[in-house]
Parts: sequence; C-alpha cells; structure tokens
Amino acid sequence: MSQERVSLSKARQQWIGWQRILRVQRPGDLFFRGITLLFVLIVLGLVAGTAWILISNSLPTIRRFGFSFLTNKAFDPVHDVYGVLPAIFGTLMTSAFALIFAVPLGLGAAIFLVDFCPRSLRLVLAFLIDLLAAIPSVIYGLWGFLVLAPWLHNAGEPWLQQHLGFLPLFAGQPEGVGYLGAGIVLTMMILPLIISVSREVMLVTPIAQREALLALGATRWEVIRHAVLPFARVGILGGVILALGRALGETMAVTMIIGNQANEPSLSLFTPGYTLASVIANQFGEATPGLFLSAIIEAGLILFIITLITNILARWLIASLQRQAQGSRGGRP
Amino acid sequence: MESNMSGPYSRLPATEGRLASQRSETPPVDLRLNHALGAAEPGQPLDQNAGVAIEVRHLNFYYGTRQVLFDISLPIRQRQITALIGPSGCGKSTFLRTLNRMNDLIPETRIEGEAIFDGENIYDPAIDVIRLRQRIGMVFQRPNPFPKSIFENIAYGLRIQRKPHRQIQEEVERSLRAAALWDEVKDRLKASALGLSGGQQQRLCIARALALHPEVLLLDEPCSALDPIATLKIEELLLSISKEYTIVIVTHNMSQAARISQYTGFFLNGRLIEYGPTAELFKRPRQRETEDYISGRFS
Repeated sequence: MSQERVSLSKARQQWIGWQRILRVQRPGDLFFRGITLLFVLIVLGLVAGTAWILISNSLPTIRRFGFSFLTNKAFDPVHDVYGVLPAIFGTLMTSAFALIFAVPLGLGAAIFLVDFCPRSLRLVLAFLIDLLAAIPSVIYGLWGFLVLAPWLHNAGEPWLQQHLGFLPLFAGQPEGVGYLGAGIVLTMMILPLIISVSREVMLVTPIAQREALLALGATRWEVIRHAVLPFARVGILGGVILALGRALGETMAVTMIIGNQANEPSLSLFTPGYTLASVIANQFGEATPGLFLSAIIEAGLILFIITLITNILARWLIASLQRQAQGSRGGRP
Repeated sequence: MESNMSGPYSRLPATEGRLASQRSETPPVDLRLNHALGAAEPGQPLDQNAGVAIEVRHLNFYYGTRQVLFDISLPIRQRQITALIGPSGCGKSTFLRTLNRMNDLIPETRIEGEAIFDGENIYDPAIDVIRLRQRIGMVFQRPNPFPKSIFENIAYGLRIQRKPHRQIQEEVERSLRAAALWDEVKDRLKASALGLSGGQQQRLCIARALALHPEVLLLDEPCSALDPIATLKIEELLLSISKEYTIVIVTHNMSQAARISQYTGFFLNGRLIEYGPTAELFKRPRQRETEDYISGRFS
C-alpha cells in the first residue's frame, strides 16, 4: 500500500487532491453534479425573478399608497384609489373555512380507507378520490355558480339563518354567492388532496406497532390513535399545507362564486366578497397601465407573501414535530 | 445453490462433514450445546398434573383459498412451556397467531375448528377479542417497543384499561422485575425505550405483556433477532416465569426448544406431525419426518 502511494506521480497526486476538493471520484459525477446544480439554480432564479417582477411592477402603488393599500377597502379604478383589505380578508376567511371542514373530513375518510374499508372497495374509492383531485377548477366553479349558489340562496342560507341566526356567522342577507359558497367549493377541492396524502402516510405505519397495540388488547380506535396518527402526523401536516396553498391561490372556482364585491370585512359567511386571486382575475382585463395595473400586481405580491409566510410557518411546525418525534426516539441518556 | 456454500460459511466447523446440499436455516440440534448450558437432557421436567389451558381441536386455516393449517389438534398445558418447531413456512407462526386471533388483521383469512380456552371457543365470532388478547398476551419476532419511555411502554396496556395510577406504578415494577430488566432500567424509566439494546427491548416487550397478568403468553420466535447472550437471558427469564404462566413459544432453534420446553410440537407443511413431551420427542421421535428434522437430515 504505502509503496504504491509513494510511487504515484506528482500529477496524479494533484489530481487526487482536486478530487478531494470537489468531493467527486469520477468526471461523470462532476458533470452530473453540475447539471443538477444548474436545475436547482433555474428554479431559484424563477422564484427570485417572480419576486423581482412583482415588486418592481407594483412600485407605483407602493409609493403612492404605502401601508394603506393593505387597510383600504376600496378598489376603485374610477377614482384611482386602491386597497385590498376585503380581498386579504376574503382569502384568509375562505381558506380557513375550507381547512376547518376539509381536515377532519379528509382524515376521517383516510382512516376509513386504511383501516375499515373492505379491500375490494378500497382501490375503487382511492381511485375515485384521486380522480376528484383531477377535475379542472372551472368545473367546480361552474357547479358552484349554477347549482350551489342558487340552492344556498333559496334554501341553505335561509335555513342556517333561521336556526343559527344568533351567530354572527349567519347574520345578514342570504345572497347565494359569497364566502360560504366559496368556502364549500374550496373544501371540496382540497378534500381529495388531504385524503390522498393522509392515506398514503397512514398506509406505511409499521405493522409491528399495530400488532404490539392489538396484542395488549387495544381496540381499533386505540390503534389508530396511538400508532397510526402519531406515526403519520408529520406527513398529514404536509398534506394540509399543500391543501392550504391550493386554497389560498385558487382562482377560477372562487371567482365564479364569491360574488366579487369589495365589501367591508364581515364575519357573516353570507357576504359576497373578494379574494386576492379573484381581484386579479376580475380586474386584469380592464387594467390600464399606471396605478390600476400596479395595484393588481401588488395584490399578486401580497398573495405571494401570504403563501410564503404560511409555507415558512408550516416548515417550522413540521421541523419541530420531527424534532419532537426524534426526541422521544432518542438515544441513551 | 451449491455456490452458496462457498465463502466463509463453508469453512465453519459446524458444517464440515455434512452434505453440501443440506442447507437448513437452523443448525441441527447440538446436544453438546446443552451440556455447555447445564442441561444434559433435552426437555424440562414435566408436571404430570398440569391441566390444559387451551385445547385445540381440528383446526384448519386458510389464506383465501390456500389452506395453510390442516387439522391441528393439541393441548396447551397449564404453566408449562410448549415449543413449536419446524422449518420456515410450516405454519407454526400462523398457528400461534390463531391462539389470540391476531390473524383477524389479515384480510381474507378463514378458520375452522375450535380452540377451547376457559370453556369458550376462541374462534367463536361472539367472543370479546379485546378481552381475549388481554388474557392471552403475545411477544413478536422483532422487539417492537412503542416510541415512548420505558415506563409508558409497560403502562400502556394498563392505561387503556383505565387502571388507577398507583396500581400502574406497582405493576410496572413487578413486570420489569419478572422480566429481569428492573435492575438495568430502574434509574431511567423516563428514558426512551428505543435507546435500549435489542435484548433489553425484547425483555421490555415481555414485561409489557406480563403487566396485564395474562394467563397465556405466546412468543413468536422471540430470539431470532438477538445475539446468543441476549437469547440466553430470555430463556432464563422464560424458565423463571413458567411457574406462573402458560407459555407457547415458536422457535427456529431446536436446541432452544430442547433446553426450555416441557412439550414440543413439530410442524411440517401445515400439519402437526408429532406432539409430545420434549424429552421423548427429541430422544425417541415416533415419526420419520421428526427424526429427520431434529437430526438435521432435512431442510
């Protein structure tokens, strides 16, 4: 060994030194590394470019309105005064509504598919649910506008008002279009995503953990609660984040049913409103260069920032959950 | 196949002189090992008056349309260790798992026959499976502690029965002592069970099962993932608790069966070929297949 090493030529030694620096063994590896690095840089460049274009093009309204763009409720091209408070509120309200209903429903459906569903039915159901996720959003929007909104207007909202009208959520005039309709459509759109992701992560719960619990006389529910859910927790959360991202940014279906009115933020679900995405979709056709266009682009920038913040929070939450899981798995004291 | 015999294993003294085509997963019974462990004769002394804990009669078991157990009948005797031996895939683990209905988990399985435990048929659809599993505990091939503290691992079964806190504390200590683990872990009950060694984890799993005061303890190859020292500890532990518990152990290791059990059943291709006191089965097997298997002329 040592003799071989001594007999290496100087050039070869240098080459080995270079390899060590580049941490690669072969020229092929170096090439492959370079290519993959390039792909990553392209993605980073796209994100940075998007941010740059959004910021630079919304500078006119940022300069003109500053912070009041966020707190002003009027989006008024006639008087050239712009604010997106109703849209920010509508975005958060409809997304929260969708998550509140889709998460428990989705988890319940996933638990059924994994633990209780007869095997013959399981594949069919899973396939149908994945199919739901593939329906174009304009179809959901059409259904919302043509079927859901009239029904809400004539039956659903009056009923809610009659029985639960004491809650501020169900106060006000039934309109059909509004936060409630948008929230329901969004719930339906993100439900299949939550079911699929939760189901996938629950399926890989180690069978040994399930058996350990069953052998101690645990019921099926206890197995789900103490083995399946803790194991799948991080993955489920990941699915929820994906779903939230979709709900925040969903444009077509929401625009078709939310009513598109810049109303004062209100807890009433019956209020027709706006979301950031629907403001953009509604207004860009008529947009004229200048403040109007800049306002639309700033709405996009704010949506971009909201998405960024929720994703960062989610990453942080997932990381802390994982740390917790590793902590309980930890080494010897 | 032959080429598998080359390499380091072909030089092991244990395989020297035997046929190259003979490739059993387990080494044949080596009674010299028994001497080394202080047991000159195969089998533990019998209690002639031992009653029957579980009486299995004419058990057939199917995965879908494939039958894997054929007409199994045998008694599991009270407070004795019954060992089930046989080559891989012979149905001994499947049989063990029928005794506390663990196969219920597997879809499209079907069972015929009966197993009478405390006057009731285990396979009766009306039986309370949860209660049954509390009375017939199980330990698995690979140690499967929960990703929780040592204390919580033992306490879990009692907690889901809503036992009072004081009783749980007492039971944790009692079970850990019974499983010969107390002295090793008493100072770190709050530490994660996953930090224990494989052998300790398996004893923890035994302690976890004992905490529920089961009448029967089923063990499915509990030592197959462990080294010889850890294996020996488990065997000692099983011998020490066999005065109080009825034990059924599936093992690949014939010398283990010979060392610790009073009764042995030999399975082959889903049939119970022979069942009897361990001493007799190992010294004077009645069936040709049994003799072939325990003397290693068989794989």
